[in-house]
Amino acid sequence: MHLALFIIFAGLCVAGALNLLLQRHPINSALSLIVVMSSLSVLYLLLGAEFLAAAQVIVYSGAIMVLFTFVIMLLNAGREERTHGSKLAYIAGFPGAAALLGLLAYIFLSQRTTFGNARLGEYLATTGDLSRVLFRDLLLPFEVTSVLILIAILGAVALARKEH
Amino acid sequence: MDTRLLAFLLISLVKVIVVVVILLMAVAYTVLLERKLVGRIQNRWGPSRVGPFGLLQPLVDGAKLFLKEDLMPEAVYRPLYILAPIIALGCALMSIAVVPFGANIPWKGVDLFQISDVNIGLLVLLGITSIGVYGIALSGWSSNNKYSLLGALRASAQVISYELALGLSLIGVVLRTGSLRLRDIVDIQATHGLLSWNFFGGFQFVAFFIYLMAAYAETNRSPFDLPEAESELTAGYHTEYSSMKFAMFFMAEYGNMITVGCVATLLFFGGWTSPFGHFGQGGGPVSTAFLSIFWFVIKVFFFLFLYIWVRGTLPRFRYDQLMGFGWKFLVPVAIANIVATSFCIGLRLPVH
Repeated sequence: MHLALFIIFAGLCVAGALNLLLQRHPINSALSLIVVMSSLSVLYLLLGAEFLAAAQVIVYSGAIMVLFTFVIMLLNAGREERTHGSKLAYIAGFPGAAALLGLLAYIFLSQRTTFGNARLGEYLATTGDLSRVLFRDLLLPFEVTSVLILIAILGAVALARKEH
Repeated sequence: MDTRLLAFLLISLVKVIVVVVILLMAVAYTVLLERKLVGRIQNRWGPSRVGPFGLLQPLVDGAKLFLKEDLMPEAVYRPLYILAPIIALGCALMSIAVVPFGANIPWKGVDLFQISDVNIGLLVLLGITSIGVYGIALSGWSSNNKYSLLGALRASAQVISYELALGLSLIGVVLRTGSLRLRDIVDIQATHGLLSWNFFGGFQFVAFFIYLMAAYAETNRSPFDLPEAESELTAGYHTEYSSMKFAMFFMAEYGNMITVGCVATLLFFGGWTSPFGHFGQGGGPVSTAFLSIFWFVIKVFFFLFLYIWVRGTLPRFRYDQLMGFGWKFLVPVAIANIVATSFCIGLRLPVH
């Protein structure tokens, strides 16, 4: 049951990601990204991270992607033109991506014993567990991250402000 | 397949069908209620010809909408134009899945009065609400019409802004309960009837009023119905829609109203519990079940009535007033409510 759900939503995730790259119209790409985000949240749920799954839907598919579509609608962005791209991308891009993939696969496979295994649907991290880790054990990194986001907001306001 | 799983699937399917049918009937009759009440507020009768007191009007309206021609304008972006009403109605109907309607009465290991009892029920509700915006946003964009686009832009901005206040207003209740499960939230309000409801005994009335105002904006209802302001945008995001596609937006709006009523009942007014506590209760499991459903329906009906009353009474906001109200008033008050509530809870905790 869990495996079937995993296969369906992992497939949906990959298909959405490919569609995101292949679509020409920005709004279709944005919608594919929403599909990716939502299927990722189902994968989180299968791994037992229920709060993370809900937060993924509320924050990413709900708020952030609405802003994306909002901007696309506001600017009325049209169909993008297809260029041939730079030569460099063809020469360095594909081998580079393949090398990165190979390296990551090698590391994960060779270090499999130290990473441990995650089983689908076996473990449930409740919201209480998560908040205990986040607000007790990892309090300092968590607060520093929120300051980082605050700085980003201030930077955006400073950049967008009109000069008088 | 083993029989327990089969029984679970069958009972769940029956529950889903029953709940969806009841919800759609409730949607139809909420429309009638609105027309009747707004009629009375404006000193006229409202629908009165079809059936006794106009009671068959929703059925006739439904038949009319089914039989109307489904116009498809030339310039629309077809896939999204068709998808948008489906998203809107789907999200409106989906959120009822986590709402518990009555006391926990298991039958063959399945909860009778709730489709699915989720640990994070409240977050699921918020998530589905936040997905529902796409129905409006995409319908406005794909219609290829200035009024539709402006309505959709207004709706997206409004819903994102008010989602913040809505989410913050619920935190006080979650703090008091210590759980995101809707049954737990109702259970802690069940001890002393009216006095232990979050609204009265929990001192969450500030949170309740923030929730109510934010929810009116979320569902695009008057006085925050700017996305479909007739005087400025003809009909807003659904200008180009006709026949059943229009009806789906219409049903989604009333479905969302019912969901908001359910959530307000569960979080602030004790859900299915009686306002008199255990006084006057008793009898067998059947009477307990019916009483709990009765109280739940009465409370939700009160919220629907309030919605319509507000719509008949208040004028529409201006757009800048709407944004200023959301960001400069509701959000700070909601944050102050969280601080005050957590301070009170912290004072009551034993010192380690």
